[in-house]
Amino acid sequence: MDLTLENITHRYDGLTVLEDVSLHIPAGEILCVIGPSGCGKSTLLRLIGGLERPSAGQILQRGTAPEGCLNPLTYVFQDFALLPWRTVEGNISLVLEDHGIRGAKADHIISDVLARTKLSDFRTALPRQLSGGMKQRVAIARALAVKPAVMLLDEPLSALDAQTRELLMEDMIGLWERQPFTGVYVTHNLAEAVRLGHRIAVLSRRPGRLCEVVKIDIPLTERRAGDARLEAVQAQLWDMMKQEAMAADQELLHV
Amino acid sequence: MSEGGSETARPDLARPVPFRGGGFRPVAKRGAGIVVFVVLLALAEWGTRTGWITNLTLPRPSDVAATLVELWQSGMFWTHLGPSLTRLVVGSALGVSAGIGVGIMIGLFSYVRAGLIPLVAALFPIPKIALLPLFVIWFGIDEGSKYALIALGTFTPTIVSTYGAVDNVDRTLVRMGQSFGLSWMSIVRKIVLPGALPGILSGLRVSLAIGIILLVAAEMLGAEYGIGAYILQAGSLYDLERLFAGVLILSVLGVITSWAIGLMEKRLLRWRN
Repeated sequence: MDLTLENITHRYDGLTVLEDVSLHIPAGEILCVIGPSGCGKSTLLRLIGGLERPSAGQILQRGTAPEGCLNPLTYVFQDFALLPWRTVEGNISLVLEDHGIRGAKADHIISDVLARTKLSDFRTALPRQLSGGMKQRVAIARALAVKPAVMLLDEPLSALDAQTRELLMEDMIGLWERQPFTGVYVTHNLAEAVRLGHRIAVLSRRPGRLCEVVKIDIPLTERRAGDARLEAVQAQLWDMMKQEAMAADQELLHV
Repeated sequence: MSEGGSETARPDLARPVPFRGGGFRPVAKRGAGIVVFVVLLALAEWGTRTGWITNLTLPRPSDVAATLVELWQSGMFWTHLGPSLTRLVVGSALGVSAGIGVGIMIGLFSYVRAGLIPLVAALFPIPKIALLPLFVIWFGIDEGSKYALIALGTFTPTIVSTYGAVDNVDRTLVRMGQSFGLSWMSIVRKIVLPGALPGILSGLRVSLAIGIILLVAAEMLGAEYGIGAYILQAGSLYDLERLFAGVLILSVLGVITSWAIGLMEKRLLRWRN
């Protein structure tokens, strides 16, 4: 399923956070969105998934969702958003119950997504027993359970330490390789963006405008930490963002 | 002192880094509570026996115990406690369930919130006991007015704690529910209510303690049997032993309800820790 953003502008009480953003998100590709803090990256993601309405402009979806898709636009949140009173399998069955999927059928889906995220041994654990990386894996498994057409990832690795982040990045590339999904990946971490993005959209400081879309031609599976080509792109992105980031930092002080 | 002095005098000497951390964190100390009780009781017993404390100021603990035993043996213990417990259970069950219901409605619907919060704020500070004459006219001199008093007394604090608990449910969880297309009912049932449960239960502690206070107040104003009536009788005869025996029963009642809620928390909130 393709997504097209047409001239999206968004305001909160007169404060413009996004201005005239137009983007195309083709199926099967991961688009990373980066920008200085407060530039409206996360707002953009909420708009794409229909959790908020844009003040102006429209977001269009084209094409049909995959077979058996329960929730075409599915989020993975920065803070995992797991129900602490439900076990790992309970958290996944939560999103199936409303579609009337219970019993053996739900069991089958849960076993499948847990196997794909290497969580099969933790089926009955409670979230508080899991590390941050594991919790995010559960959230990813939950997202996979509804067979999404587009995954909306809101800084999914930002709450994790560097090593866990590296491991999860590899896992996500593995998941994409097995079954390419469309993804919008919001992050402030340039290293993540160059590892996971087919294209990288750079937003300016508030009000967020689209500065540039950088395309990276290296296949995801060939990207490694410390790859010189990726580092070159990362340096290029940082050059683009540095002034904006500094200005954004100053701006916050005056608010 | 001299050792410390010599250490500062010889800066090349290796010495352990002094420990400066620790403290400022409650640590469970078993039995400390019981020791405090026992010491206080022993002090009272010793004071009254030696005459250091006159019998007019404080009854002798052993006499209070004897009074309790006597109360039990005469069969009057249950005659008084039975009606009291019924009143407490019926009244607070009414008040708490209505309070939780209204509190959840306030938490979920903006119109209900806007309409009822001022009313609750107006009702909360009213000393409910002042309304007892009114309740007697509305609900009769019998049990009805006592139920109503306890119900109203537990109703308002339960509302406040319940809507506070609903407000405090992690909004990201609600947003997660919406993002997966869960129905409104599912979000309320599976996300909002379980998330509000810890706050509701801790509010229950306060509400039930208020319930016990009002129980006694209601029984003091027209009841033949009940702990409140028993205490009132003892007070008017200046029978300190019986007065303290009654107070002790109330105190134990409070401890038991608090313990019961603790048990509920342990069972229902196993996911917390």
